[in-house]
Amino acid sequence: MSQIHTLTMPKWGLSMTEGRIDTWLKREGEQINKGDEVLDVETDKISSSVEAPFSGVLRRLIAQPDETLPVGALLAVVVEGEADEAEIDAVVQRFQAEFVPGGDGEQDSGPAPQKIDLGGRTLRYFDLGEGGTPLLLVHGFGGDLNNWLFNHQALAAERRVIALDLPGHGESGKALQRGDLDELSQTVIALLDHLDIQHAHLAGHSMGGAVSLNLARLAPQRVRTLTLIASAGLGREINGDYLQGFVDASNRNALKPQLTQLFSDPGLVTRQMLEDMLKFKRLEGVDSALRQLAAALADGGVQRHDLRAVVAQQPSLVIWGAADAIIPASHAEGLPAEVEILPGQGHMVQMEAAERINQRLAAFLASH
Amino acid sequence: MARKISYQQAINEALAQEMRRDSSVFIIGEDVAGGAGAPGEEDAWGGVLGVTKGLYKQFPGRVLDAPLSEIGYVGAAVGAATQGLRPVCELMFVDFAGCCLDQILNQAAKFRYMFGGKAVTPLVMRTMVGAGLRAAAQHSQMLTSLWTHIPGLKVVCPSSPYDAKGLLIQAIRDNDPVIFCEHKLLYSMQGEVPEELYTVPFGEANYLRDGDDITLVTYGRMVHLAMEAAANLARQGIDCEVLDLRTTSPLDEDSILESVEKTGRLVVIDEANPRCSMATDISALVAQKAFAALKGPIEMVTAPHTPVPFSDALEDLYIPTAAKIEAAVHKVIGARSAA
Repeated sequence: MSQIHTLTMPKWGLSMTEGRIDTWLKREGEQINKGDEVLDVETDKISSSVEAPFSGVLRRLIAQPDETLPVGALLAVVVEGEADEAEIDAVVQRFQAEFVPGGDGEQDSGPAPQKIDLGGRTLRYFDLGEGGTPLLLVHGFGGDLNNWLFNHQALAAERRVIALDLPGHGESGKALQRGDLDELSQTVIALLDHLDIQHAHLAGHSMGGAVSLNLARLAPQRVRTLTLIASAGLGREINGDYLQGFVDASNRNALKPQLTQLFSDPGLVTRQMLEDMLKFKRLEGVDSALRQLAAALADGGVQRHDLRAVVAQQPSLVIWGAADAIIPASHAEGLPAEVEILPGQGHMVQMEAAERINQRLAAFLASH
Repeated sequence: MARKISYQQAINEALAQEMRRDSSVFIIGEDVAGGAGAPGEEDAWGGVLGVTKGLYKQFPGRVLDAPLSEIGYVGAAVGAATQGLRPVCELMFVDFAGCCLDQILNQAAKFRYMFGGKAVTPLVMRTMVGAGLRAAAQHSQMLTSLWTHIPGLKVVCPSSPYDAKGLLIQAIRDNDPVIFCEHKLLYSMQGEVPEELYTVPFGEANYLRDGDDITLVTYGRMVHLAMEAAANLARQGIDCEVLDLRTTSPLDEDSILESVEKTGRLVVIDEANPRCSMATDISALVAQKAFAALKGPIEMVTAPHTPVPFSDALEDLYIPTAAKIEAAVHKVIGARSAA
């Protein structure tokens, strides 16, 4: 019994409507396995690889390099088993005849983040998937729930996964009260309360790692496991020049060298990424929130919080890019946790090595 | 996904949010509320194209209909600004500037300088600019160059709903007189606009497209034609960098020079008449400060040196088009125009 699969343009994040084919990583006629990277696609926000959602032989490449296609458009045909050219022609013809780019606008936009009022402050979160012990994704300093663009959906295949915008970030309320780590961790606890979640897996990136560690310190009974990605709170050093430079940058020329430090591939810092970050930084209240938090996190190049003792409290997974220019990977040494160091990767490792991290994290969560 | 609203709604929202935040902000102009002296017609107009609609009811006593006398109400707004209020006065069409030029040119623009820096004039004059509405020679002009010529004024010309809101909030908070030019053909344009307050700084051009082959510098509605031309040219293998000036005064000279130093080629697109215009000014700037980087002549795509024609066919010829921009790019690069 053979099966003819259609590989289509993925939708990465809420605002993606189209993508440009960069290069094919597989050739026509080649066998591909589920999870293989098949081609590189570029959007106005980010570039990444499209993974095969199924195994089979790549029989027909439809999309050409440099072509820009809408989300859902046909990229290639993959066949499991046997199929002759005429059958493939028929599948392609039917697909192209029925395909409507963008559906009908609004209806097709799928699940969307929601906003709630939590203790007088707006909080935005994005709730995907169902079942299992929920996983909460906590972004880092200056980030937002889109930092999990390449992880959220993949992880939500197995369980309920919620990403939030921390106070002062994304589309959550910008005003902070104390502007310290406790305020952020308590907000996350308040969100768990609001959603009636007793126990959760927590995954935090960078400052979000420290927020998660601190939450586990404040409310150990709520935390099933901790996943700490390039996390703050596990050592002394932090790139204080980056923190200051990022906070101070008010235009593209000042911001670009800062964001470039976050990635192992500087080409990922696109015009659109810079513009989006500047748009965030221009919002009323963001500047003072970032200044408060930067001061609460670090004194120059020295972190203020040592939360290493919290790691042993629950099963923990620590992931780091070996070439992280913000917080050194050496902070992973000697921790009572499963540790994964990814060679060559930078600080935004969950975006740049999304596939590897999704697999590792899914396996870790499945075993606890 | 961020919320989408129109350019016109973005302006209305900026006004409402700033009026809520700061009780010294008020609006004055012709028909901005209901039309003066028309009982029962309150809020019927909200400006000639409805931009200030709804504000009269939200802010009683702070949206003032003025008689048809620019010399009177613009003068009143300038005076109010010197006395600690933050007026947003609306000059319905920029073409009416002649009726109140002294209030702007000799008063508002001069106070800070003539009083040794001790006086501020936080005035915003919102005004409609540009051709394309079949409104003929007295309601279609693009007078940005005229204002930019006057020291002491800041001149803003947003090209998108996002910029319209952020630049207008910045204009209201600025302590100098700001001429805020709204292109009438952009009012219905939709775009993502944060609900929160934010400011877009003056004098910072927006890179709308990165490219290595040629720099297109423009502002206002022409930004969209330049982007259309750039998309067509990209298919022919020519990568344009597109800079939206956002404000013509202050002018982001650094970004213009930085871009031309990278690409070595420049086309300036300006909807205004060509003599003593942004197009000539930017061309001169680049010729003077980045001459060594130039690989070809500077081209300008502008309206001709004529009034805006009333005839539809002639008005269409008058306004720059994407095709004219593409032709100018080909001319600079020395390639033959695509057949």
